[in-house]
Amino acid sequence: MRDFDIINYKDTRSGFGEALLELGKTNPKIVALCADLTGSLKMNAFADAFPDRFFQVGIAEANMMGIAAGLTIGGFIPFTGTFANFSTARVYDQIRQSIAYSEKNVKICASHAGITLGEDGATHQTLEDIGMMKMLPGMTVINPCDFNQTRQATVAIADHKGPVYLRFGRPKVPNFIPGDGEFTIGKAILMREGSDVSIFATGHLVWHALEAQKILKQKGISAEVINIHTIKPLDKEAILKSVRKTGCLVSAEEHEKNGGLGDSIAQLLAQKLPAPMEFIAVNDRFGQSGKPEELLSFYGLDTPSIVAAAERAMSRK
Amino acid sequence: MAEITELKQIASQIRRDIVRMVNGAQSGHPGGSLGCTDLLTAMYFNILHHDPLTFDPDGRNEDLLIISNGHISPALYSALARSGYFPVKELSSFRKLNSRLQGHPATLENLPGIRIATGSLGQGLSVSIGIALAKKLNNDPKTVYCLMGDGELDEGQVWEAVTYAGAKKTENLIAVVDYNKKQIDGPTDEVMPLLDLRAKFEAFGWRVIEMNGNEMEDVVKTMNRAKALSGNGEPIMVLMHSEMGAGVNFMMGTHKWHGTFPNDEQTKNALSQLDETLGDY
Repeated sequence: MRDFDIINYKDTRSGFGEALLELGKTNPKIVALCADLTGSLKMNAFADAFPDRFFQVGIAEANMMGIAAGLTIGGFIPFTGTFANFSTARVYDQIRQSIAYSEKNVKICASHAGITLGEDGATHQTLEDIGMMKMLPGMTVINPCDFNQTRQATVAIADHKGPVYLRFGRPKVPNFIPGDGEFTIGKAILMREGSDVSIFATGHLVWHALEAQKILKQKGISAEVINIHTIKPLDKEAILKSVRKTGCLVSAEEHEKNGGLGDSIAQLLAQKLPAPMEFIAVNDRFGQSGKPEELLSFYGLDTPSIVAAAERAMSRK
Repeated sequence: MAEITELKQIASQIRRDIVRMVNGAQSGHPGGSLGCTDLLTAMYFNILHHDPLTFDPDGRNEDLLIISNGHISPALYSALARSGYFPVKELSSFRKLNSRLQGHPATLENLPGIRIATGSLGQGLSVSIGIALAKKLNNDPKTVYCLMGDGELDEGQVWEAVTYAGAKKTENLIAVVDYNKKQIDGPTDEVMPLLDLRAKFEAFGWRVIEMNGNEMEDVVKTMNRAKALSGNGEPIMVLMHSEMGAGVNFMMGTHKWHGTFPNDEQTKNALSQLDETLGDY
């Protein structure tokens, strides 16, 4: 099994921007829309290379979602770009009616998700977006873990027919998925095998789960780390297979506990394979200003928190 | 392409369909549907270049009409069926379980003629801009039309879309506002005054023309004029002065028939005012 080490430090949003440019070159049906955050979303390269296929809509996210829906009528594959909060909560009914209910092939690409947006504070840190989007029938929800995986996910969603919510972040974080790594929507990636406890992580917390696995190993605990990049549709088989082996688990995500990845896993296990479970997530509160690493630590989303949660889950077996 | 006399006959039948559909479903929105009937008749039977018999969801090389005020679904469904998109007898399934004719237009049941779900107000103009942009990219010379209610203009998203189309010169777009000056809670002047609509749209960079939406000659003439004016660097806005409930005397002059269905006696009265020109479904 391939192990994962840090290749370099990069922001996931740059993985999106790089892939969008690649897609623009290979697929003339790709169009992109942005609500006055082209630089933040790393969409400049696409906008410069394909000005006819790039639509600057100004600070008008509701209109952006409607225009994107319209562009699919005529065969285009629109990628919308703005911060995660403005990609979801602000435009939920537009996505619900004009995109999801209307079965439109729109890719909602959302940067600056979660608490690691940092200093801007809770107005911009969405921790509810996965929940809102996974509730919409027919919506695919993807939260890649690093630069390379965000690049791979961006390419993959272009080939998937149907609405997709792709969630990524702002800060530079460890890039550890190989550049040639495989990405299949809905297929979890077994990162490290173990037998005592399963850790199902998504997004930025996948790296923290890998770090936690090393510390647990020193403590004599064999943890299995699985990267759930696709929250919907959930890779049920991969989850059940792992929990059948380990008998307990931890979910880890940069999101509210209500409505997040842990929620989806708990629903699955409650019906198929009840097991002691601990949740690494924000528990019914808003974020605040601070540095990304400080915030992860403050809200209990860091490596030591995952280690402690794994030990708690094991003690309940 | 139907001419004025025939269009008036078709409109009478569509009005009968509307009244019978909302009575049959014991729910629905007759007021706005009747007010928009002349426009929809003119569009589907005269103005639009479209192909009802081989429905293409992408609408390539066809004129497309998006109904943003989705609650006028009875008028839309009747116009679609009567122009050949689906069997006329299917109108009897309006708002019933497992029907393709949902309360508000939807794509999920694959009803020919519907390309986007509408009903939650304020979204159709944005979608229409997107279709217009797609047509430009595809070198498709056809036109995108969008009908909105006037009450719908209270929605903020409409003004995001009005800003975009004016500023970015979406010239293959023609919007129509059903300017009946009534909304659910009462006259627009009481609920949320629209002030000088012409000046508002002109300030946003639109070319504005007006018509009487319940005079077939004026509707056909004005929509042809709108088409002639389009393609010249401006989106076109048609202020359609109309009467909610037009064609049924007791439904006119009030907002009370916006979302109220007629009982059997009222239905009989209404139908006595409308000629059965094409045969009821």
